[in-house]
Amino acid sequence: MNLRSSGTQPVRLEQDVVLARQTARKLATECGMRLIDQTKLVTAVSELARNTVVYGGGGDMDWQVLEDIGRVGLRLSFRDQGPGIPDVRLALTDGWTSGGGLGLGLTGARRLVDEFDLQTAPGEGTCVTITRWT
Amino acid sequence: MERIPILQMGEYLLVTIQVDMHDQLALNLQEDLAERISRTSAKGVLIDISALDMVDSFIGRMIGTISGLSRIMDAQTVLVGMQPSVAITLVELGMTLPGVSTALNVERGMQKLRDRVERS
Amino acid sequence: MAALSSSTLEAIQAQRTQLLAEWTRDLEDKGATRNLKEQELQQQTQEFLQLLISSLQSRTGENIGTAGWDEIRLFLEKLSNSRALLGHDSQQTASFIFTLKGPLFALLQKHFSDEPATLAEQLWVVSELLDALGMHTIRTFQRSREAVIKRQQEELLELSTPVVKLWDGILALPMIGTLDSQRTQMVMESLLQRIVDTGAEIAIVDITGVPTVDTLVAQHLLKTVTAIRLMGADCIISGVRPQIAQTIVHLGLDLQGVTTKANLADALKLALSRLGVSTVKAG
Repeated sequence: MNLRSSGTQPVRLEQDVVLARQTARKLATECGMRLIDQTKLVTAVSELARNTVVYGGGGDMDWQVLEDIGRVGLRLSFRDQGPGIPDVRLALTDGWTSGGGLGLGLTGARRLVDEFDLQTAPGEGTCVTITRWT
Repeated sequence: MERIPILQMGEYLLVTIQVDMHDQLALNLQEDLAERISRTSAKGVLIDISALDMVDSFIGRMIGTISGLSRIMDAQTVLVGMQPSVAITLVELGMTLPGVSTALNVERGMQKLRDRVERS
Repeated sequence: MAALSSSTLEAIQAQRTQLLAEWTRDLEDKGATRNLKEQELQQQTQEFLQLLISSLQSRTGENIGTAGWDEIRLFLEKLSNSRALLGHDSQQTASFIFTLKGPLFALLQKHFSDEPATLAEQLWVVSELLDALGMHTIRTFQRSREAVIKRQQEELLELSTPVVKLWDGILALPMIGTLDSQRTQMVMESLLQRIVDTGAEIAIVDITGVPTVDTLVAQHLLKTVTAIRLMGADCIISGVRPQIAQTIVHLGLDLQGVTTKANLADALKLALSRLGVSTVKAG
């Protein structure tokens, strides 16, 4: 697997969620992803970036364009230094929410991508990494 | 402050969402619509999202809320023009927007609104 | 590395007719001429030899990647492309080149019978050259085959998603055969796109031709119905066999809010009545 390009952008304010979506859309288009896959990825990015701002108190989005045999992928990580998630299993249950949302953010995002990884501990922040392949 | 315009056509309100909305903008729209329905005694609200290339759970929730609160205020809501890729993604996300009426385009949506208003 | 000597080139030119005859004969013996018209083969062998000689005459060396070999490479690309379309395999296609080795080596052996050192050297050069040309043929043949396979796959997928218009505003999707997740997803996407393109208000998904449905496929069907509703159209599922109905109930899937009909005709009747169309017998 080769790294074609990478970058980082801040996800601190509400407006940054929009910018994160736009970056994801641009990268997904460049990867040659089909419209439906682009939409799924951008929607997952929107959910996770919002979590970073609302629950994580702001953080960063790292992106990587990956190249594997015969396919291209986009990997995005959302890092924050927030309170972390005490019960990961609960957080990955449909309909569970710590805020005022519907509880579809994390679980929904997981359904929209090919690979999903969640690293978190109470008091140590959260890092969610998602990957979608062409 | 940035706001999404609400057009009035007789007893109907028409909203066309064309920008990539941040969350506050969506909340503003929700508030503005409630206020306009009450002020104009509108009978129906048409929300056109044909220009949106993404609807996440936040926007989905806003649409559900608008539909619910307008019903309480005796107005019907019809959501029109959702793109196929957006519809598939929303379903995959787990948002099925139960109770929200939909139509393929503005014209059909208007027709549906009139029918519903006449019946109610 | 040794180069092709002018003496070798002269020998090839002088014996050209005989070389052609022997080459053609060997090709026929090897069965590499299957489905080829005699005239066509003759033309191809003649053209190849002509191009080979002129490339050698231009003295650009024996590296077939250089400009002096452009024409012959192009010729071989066209040749392997046409062979791929004719259904030849890579061996049959490559033997067009490799069969030339026999007559050509015999010719060199006769020509350099007194100079064994030169013979060995020239044989090596000619062998390397023909190998390179043969490899190029196989490579392009492979690419042509891959293109053919890709096109067929795409055609097959399109064939398996025949969205048909039954009436103004009514689309139907007759699904046939086993549904796997990927195919169901493709079908779903193309149906949704057609709804936007045609502005159809009702879509009928007919699963009469589907023998079994597993959990994943049933879920995909339900998701399709929901997505169609979100877009503002209606979906009717027709042709649900008893076994499939049992599966769905057994799996505990909620079909509430999904309109089902026993067969396509009933579904069409319902769709027409929803659109306000009534049918009467003439006369």
